[in-house]
Amino acid sequence: MQPLIRIRGLTKRFGSGCDRCLDATGPEHDTNLCPHCGSVLACNDLSFDLFPGEALGVVGESGSGKSTLVRLLHFEWEASAGSMEVHRSASGAHQVAEMFPEDGDYSKNLLALSHFQKRQMRNALMGIVYQNPHLGLRMGVSSGGNIAERLLGAGWRNIAKMRGRASELLQKTEIPVERMDEPPANFSGGMQQRVQIAKALSNNPLILFLDEVTTGLDLSVQARVLDLIRNLRSEFNLSMLVVSHDLGVINLLCQRTMVMKAGHIVEDGLTDQILQDPQHRYTQLLVASQL
Amino acid sequence: MITVEKLTKTFTLHILGEKKIEACRDVSFRVPPGGFLGLAGPSGAGKSTVLKCMYRTYLAGSGAIRYQSAAYGMVDLATLPDQAVIDIRHREMGYVSQFLKVIPRVSALDVVMEPILSRNGVTRDVARKRAVSLLERLRIPAHLLDAYPATFSGGEQQRVNIARAVSWKPRLLLLDEPTASLDQDSVGIVLDILKELRQEGTTMIGIFHDATLLQSVTDSVYHID
Repeated sequence: MQPLIRIRGLTKRFGSGCDRCLDATGPEHDTNLCPHCGSVLACNDLSFDLFPGEALGVVGESGSGKSTLVRLLHFEWEASAGSMEVHRSASGAHQVAEMFPEDGDYSKNLLALSHFQKRQMRNALMGIVYQNPHLGLRMGVSSGGNIAERLLGAGWRNIAKMRGRASELLQKTEIPVERMDEPPANFSGGMQQRVQIAKALSNNPLILFLDEVTTGLDLSVQARVLDLIRNLRSEFNLSMLVVSHDLGVINLLCQRTMVMKAGHIVEDGLTDQILQDPQHRYTQLLVASQL
Repeated sequence: MITVEKLTKTFTLHILGEKKIEACRDVSFRVPPGGFLGLAGPSGAGKSTVLKCMYRTYLAGSGAIRYQSAAYGMVDLATLPDQAVIDIRHREMGYVSQFLKVIPRVSALDVVMEPILSRNGVTRDVARKRAVSLLERLRIPAHLLDAYPATFSGGEQQRVNIARAVSWKPRLLLLDEPTASLDQDSVGIVLDILKELRQEGTTMIGIFHDATLLQSVTDSVYHID
């Protein structure tokens, strides 16, 4: 099986950078801050593959670069270096094949596209759910309107069809349809998270980014959101990048996991292997620290 | 079918001052297609470690685990890429642990149905019938089928665990003390089910605490000490 997306050498540096940045930061120095020039290497030379239908976990402490990784792949921040290529003939990726009519199995580097093309790619391929629903939703606009906005971006124009799609998605995410005209500001934290999931799924994405989606929710609500994600994953055949510092969440959702520390991937493997036979010092500490 | 050569596994505990613990050393054995190998040895000898290395829950330190896969041909499970291991686990290789580890908030029936549905390509009805009859045979009371196994007794959980592992008829099945918490009658039922599975061609490697049991179900025994 060929990967759906290939990430190679992905790097994000905040600051001017110097020759010694790469040698002076990373897990062995326990910092991503270069002592020579003061630059922060939030992500440093990350390379990995995401396979079709796979849920790949990303764990690590705060500041390890997990969320930066998601923001780079979702085109919110510009990468300092590296590439991201998507398989041209992945099922459902006909837009990719149209945009990149050249030969070869993979598209060219998506990170080097123009802003306009990146937006097109994002609308066609990606969905995202943030820890903070304020980032993913307009709190004052109705829930249905939030979803319609995303559908407009993906090229939908018929109001009745958009409304139909919104109510279908809200049903799937267990939001009472009679409340679709209410703004998410009126909803509880768990409901807001579910509206965010509905919005993220509205364009039938190939890749879903989940950034600490259950952090801060109470346990019973967490359980419902996780069950929902599990069910939607098999229904939509999504590839997911699941960022969490909670090993329980990763264990429940992901077959494979990467461990990040100070901007590097220090270890990756099958999730049960990461949890039961962790190799890197930091992973051993992380697993031993679990309650 | 599967050949283990000089398998050695050492844990290095970085957070305990680089302490090294040797879990098994130079384990070598061979299991022919359809065979049933028993692993014997005192507690702590590394029997479970060997099974977990084969399933890739542990990374082998050195040595090889050569497996004749239906989908991939001859592979070394010690070094095969993660994605291929996931695929082989999904299509061919099952593992029964001593304890039930299932997804929370999923009913006993769904726990057993899930692998049949996702791996055997049958309809929901067929999967349901097979799961119900298997659970019935393992004497899980009918009124518990839609309850969550987390609330079950130890023996019931273990029987659900076995039902899930055998329900989809894996090509290779690794068994880590599957009968440890079961009463005599249940042990008999489980052994019958394993026998049937073997007749259908499943190759097995198992750890059984009870020496007479070990002798009666397996056709060869490898001693680890």
